[in-house]
Amino acid sequence: MRYVVIGAGPAGVTAVETLRVEDPQGEVILIGGEPEPAYSRMAIPYLLSNKIEEQGTYLRHDAAHLEKLGVQQIQNRVTGLDAMAKQLSLEGADSISFDRLLVATGSNPVKPPISGLDQPGVHHCWTLEDARNIIKYAEPRSSVVLMGAGFIGCIIMEALVARGVKLTVVEMGDRMVPRMMDQVSGNLIKQWCIDKGVTVHTSTRVLGVEANSSGTTRFLLNCDPVDPIEADLVVVAAGVKPATGFLQQSGLNLAQGVVVNEFLESSVPGIYAAGDVCEGVDWGTGEQAVHAIQPVAAETGRIAALNMVGKVTAYPGSMAMNVLDTLGLISVSYGQWMGVGGGDETHLLDESAYRYIKLQFEADRLVGAITLGMTEHVGVLRGLIQSRVSLGKWKSILMQDPTRVMEAYLGATHLNS
Amino acid sequence: MQRSLYISPDKCTGCLQCEMACSYEHEGNFNPAKSRIKVFSFHTEGRFVPYTCTQCAEAWCKSACPTEAITLDVATGAKMVNDGLCVGCKVCTIACPFGTINYNTATGKVTKCDLCGGDPACAKACPTQAITYIDAEGTGYDKMRSWAARTDNQSAAQA
Repeated sequence: MRYVVIGAGPAGVTAVETLRVEDPQGEVILIGGEPEPAYSRMAIPYLLSNKIEEQGTYLRHDAAHLEKLGVQQIQNRVTGLDAMAKQLSLEGADSISFDRLLVATGSNPVKPPISGLDQPGVHHCWTLEDARNIIKYAEPRSSVVLMGAGFIGCIIMEALVARGVKLTVVEMGDRMVPRMMDQVSGNLIKQWCIDKGVTVHTSTRVLGVEANSSGTTRFLLNCDPVDPIEADLVVVAAGVKPATGFLQQSGLNLAQGVVVNEFLESSVPGIYAAGDVCEGVDWGTGEQAVHAIQPVAAETGRIAALNMVGKVTAYPGSMAMNVLDTLGLISVSYGQWMGVGGGDETHLLDESAYRYIKLQFEADRLVGAITLGMTEHVGVLRGLIQSRVSLGKWKSILMQDPTRVMEAYLGATHLNS
Repeated sequence: MQRSLYISPDKCTGCLQCEMACSYEHEGNFNPAKSRIKVFSFHTEGRFVPYTCTQCAEAWCKSACPTEAITLDVATGAKMVNDGLCVGCKVCTIACPFGTINYNTATGKVTKCDLCGGDPACAKACPTQAITYIDAEGTGYDKMRSWAARTDNQSAAQA
């Protein structure tokens, strides 16, 4: 049996490890598109802030780990899939056949349709190579513009500020991290950044990046509705989308990502998907969704591998969950934080302390949550949402004081059972 | 024989000596806020519930870690945080459905119960045997474990 896994991120690496354990005799091949050992994009912000060296981003610290497992590694880009013939075409190399395939190609950064983004000094923050470029251009006292205040934009702000740059953030949405945080918390994060000396323009678009002929900086960014902004480095963090480009002619059912069933199998038997590229079921809403987050990557990588070896294992679906540190302000969001029709909502806000918690209920079950400035027992929000525990009398207690989630969890699960 | 913490909330008097002992063991001072075991009070019911990591077999924190900073101590069964490898990304803190791995803003790392290397200070400090450290099989799996099974779609899916 020959297993081929495309993508050397957390989903792909977890998958090859699981394949090796479950089928010691099988041939396992891992194809990675970047000239690096398997690494974690989640660790890049800490590389930018000099907390770790590049080695600190590696997913497995034993350099020979995959070799010892007998995983054959190929560094190349997959350019196409012939699903019927079970063959992958590679860039400038012979095609490769498989019995079982896992697509774990992750996501690619979105490049907005704006002129001037293809030049040195304008970079995404996605790969190790991007990080090296950012480090090169983010010199002390240089002017840096961050296009996009989403998750990635926010999480690298601390590193950029620590490098001593003059930082300006331009975000199209009306608040920061609009896809993760609500109006109140998104604006509190904005205020926090302004207090830390960052210039923030929300509801603002960058129209183009051009050479700055008159000023002292490398670039000039034309914006709407604010005046042009000078920059030596532009970091484009406008979101990511599943890396499905090479699958367009494959016949696989694609929506946002590779559509999979509960066994993480695509529309073609024997071909599976995991991680950022996979579009499975959001078990909260029951709808198809891509949840491009680390825990889902690791879980789907493992479960897809079990199914690939014939250990039929259902994946119950995923939910959105994120934790973000923006210049030291920690924010978390879970599930249906925007609320559900007919549900109840409660919140507690201490604006001056930058503390906030909001809970969303459907009947007496928690379905979503947002927190700001909370670091103790945060995970129990996941437990409450995912276990669908009936809160009973604890719901009204939480409606009065949403900070008592830990007590509600213990009360609803430990005291009366 | 591997042992595990066994918690009997009905024996807990809420004296908080476990919290003091834990903080002294790990932080070198008596600061319950730094304790990795927490006692929750239910005043209207007159009950107290000591609560910490169950070192669950699925180890959501471990599988979610992007830098391999959480590993298994095979001697004790504890899931250990390696401070040198932890970058402070906090993904484990939202992945753990029990809320028992937390971010320490002072150190920039996460902390959790490490079973004190096989001699847990909380169990030694508990005057009423609400917290004991006994053969893992002898616990018959307490309520926290049964809760773990309910939440744990990974093991449910494997069953």
